[in-house]
Amino acid sequence: MKLGFSPEEEAFRAECADWLQAEMTGAFADIRGITNLSDAIGRRREWEQRLGEAGWGCIGWPRAWGGRDATIAQQVIFAEEYARAGAPNRINHIGVELAGPTILAFGSEEQKARYLPEIAAGRQIWCQGYSEPNAGSDLANVKTRARREGDDWVVNGQKVWTSLAHYSDMVFVVARTEEGSAGPKGLSFLLMDMDQPGIEVRPIRQINGEAEFNETFFTDARCPADAMLGAAGDGWKVAMALLAFERGVSTLGQQMQFRNELDAVIAASRANGKAADPVIRQKIAQAEIGLRLMRYGALRMLSGADLAAIDGAALTYKIQWATWRRGLGELGMEVLGQAGEIAPADDYAWPQLPNLFLSSRADTIYGGTNQIQRNLIAERGLGLPREPRGKA
Amino acid sequence: MEFAFTEEQAMIGETVRGFFAENATSERTRKAMAGEGIDRALWASFAGELGLAGIGLPEEHGGAGLGMVELAQVAEAAGAQVAALPLLGHVMLGQALAKGGTEAQKAALLPRLAAGEVIATAAWEAKITAEGNRVSGEAAFLPHGALADLLLVRAEGKAWIVDLKAEGVGVTGHVTMDQTRPFATARLDGVAAEPLADGAAGWHAALAAGWICLAAEALGGAQAALDRTVAYSKERVQFGRQIGSFQAYKHRLADMMVEIEQARSAVYWAACAVDEGSDEATISLHSAKSFSADTFFMCAGNMIQLHGGIGFTWEHDAHLFFKRARSIQTLLGDGQWHRERIAAMVLDAGLGVAA
Repeated sequence: MKLGFSPEEEAFRAECADWLQAEMTGAFADIRGITNLSDAIGRRREWEQRLGEAGWGCIGWPRAWGGRDATIAQQVIFAEEYARAGAPNRINHIGVELAGPTILAFGSEEQKARYLPEIAAGRQIWCQGYSEPNAGSDLANVKTRARREGDDWVVNGQKVWTSLAHYSDMVFVVARTEEGSAGPKGLSFLLMDMDQPGIEVRPIRQINGEAEFNETFFTDARCPADAMLGAAGDGWKVAMALLAFERGVSTLGQQMQFRNELDAVIAASRANGKAADPVIRQKIAQAEIGLRLMRYGALRMLSGADLAAIDGAALTYKIQWATWRRGLGELGMEVLGQAGEIAPADDYAWPQLPNLFLSSRADTIYGGTNQIQRNLIAERGLGLPREPRGKA
Repeated sequence: MEFAFTEEQAMIGETVRGFFAENATSERTRKAMAGEGIDRALWASFAGELGLAGIGLPEEHGGAGLGMVELAQVAEAAGAQVAALPLLGHVMLGQALAKGGTEAQKAALLPRLAAGEVIATAAWEAKITAEGNRVSGEAAFLPHGALADLLLVRAEGKAWIVDLKAEGVGVTGHVTMDQTRPFATARLDGVAAEPLADGAAGWHAALAAGWICLAAEALGGAQAALDRTVAYSKERVQFGRQIGSFQAYKHRLADMMVEIEQARSAVYWAACAVDEGSDEATISLHSAKSFSADTFFMCAGNMIQLHGGIGFTWEHDAHLFFKRARSIQTLLGDGQWHRERIAAMVLDAGLGVAA
């Protein structure tokens, strides 16, 4: 058991830090510090391409596909330095962290050659087509259908909560390919081009007034027959494997954003004198502890390496961070007091902490609600009986 | 960076879990509770046959070497069985001597501690004054103090070793809520005592080891409370179903696991940080002690609730966990105290990402 980094790893840290600092104080200084998923998209596409051409876009991938075969420690270091440099949140998080690893795991050589270099080069932004109006927590209740027509799959249905769909190039879709099937059987995993007449994207306005996610409608939308990952009927297996990648190294980068948010709460408390209030001090200390433990939980989960195995740290991670961040949003407002409830300008747009308060309500819902997480923990982690199910 | 047990550490973990599960049985612990609060036979085989009392103590003085990670593994396994062992004072005095003792003190005392021949206790806060090498005053809340041979106490900016069998010492044992770690008060009247060579380093090391010991005991206790409650929830049938199939019940168990996994990260983060001399050692210790203690209390409280009436009986072991959890929460600084230390680091000094 060892927490420290080796001299070689520290040298790698210096290399990442130098490059990132140079970019963020030079050519890309204008997009430094952006954390949302809606601002300056054009420039951030250029940034994705810059990462790709310098070989920093997907360092954990194999060299053969544009990665660096980076060790877990190196990926941890890169994630930390990326955030420390103030580099903007990755708009191709889904491509790099989810679509790529899933294609690596399930794709044919031909499919890998078709998609991976585009993602690695930062030219192809991806979004995720899982949830539907009647398939939220019950994801297997997908109704979107795909039927075979000549050399194409033809897709009809509706997805919802598709983050980034309004500027993505590709979407992976879980669709029902076996007529009359129900539940996890008969689903398939399709990789579809967003730029086609059969796909329509409508933004959804959220409680903070912004619109980062969408409804996505498929009306005779098409993809070629060989754009299916795995075989017909393997969709559930592929979709679940993809979710396991969500607990990967990207969590470290996400934590650096949390660090930034906690620092903002700390700064606000110092600025308005709440830092002297003993109750606030206790709560800030507890938040600090929670964030530190998140880091070491992630390092435990990554050091375990085998993401497929049942691992307590991995199984509990989602509810842990989501609950922590929602709590931080509330603490931020407690620190600000009533002043936090007045917008700074004439439009319904919020500075960091009030926005955190509002936006973090999504954290305990998306990617499996806290209630679903507790079911998973109880059933997979503790071996308790499964929830009774109604008739499909 | 590899935040996982080495093969050797995994073996140590397996050995100590097996030892405590087999020997620190409820029956034996209850016998100790009704008596002096120590299972002396357990302590003898812990120190003698397994050599575990020497973990964390230097090999040249009869110790087993190794560090805080291994010490945490031992304390975690002991905590899982709520073993009645004088471990806390033992690790505190051992580390105080190892890091702050004179060569003569180390040579004289460390081999006896490693062999389990002496029982040690330590005072968190004491009203003690020193005149020359004689100490006077009162040291309260001494864990296993009524049976201890040696006391580690701080006075006048120094750390002292007091022989509790010496002249001028009066020790009063107390009926204590946690009968596996009863408290005593020592009154000292001009007792000859030995200062450590480096009191600050010794006291610092004693606290680090004590906090890790308590946090790890709490982790083991919390996990055991969860495991035992899960087992019960699969046996017990009401309304024609295993009670563990009810969502209200499952979700409480899931919440326990969420806290326990964080406590596990906390304990081994702190143990590693101390072993590696990391900048994070201080914040990790305050985090581990406060978080693990709260986790244990939450889990032990749930253990009683989720067992229903049987969990409230003397016969069931739930109260052993519950009382140990409460005791750990207040030993060596309560949660508020530790969190205030962290608040001071974060809010008053400014602690960036790097720290």
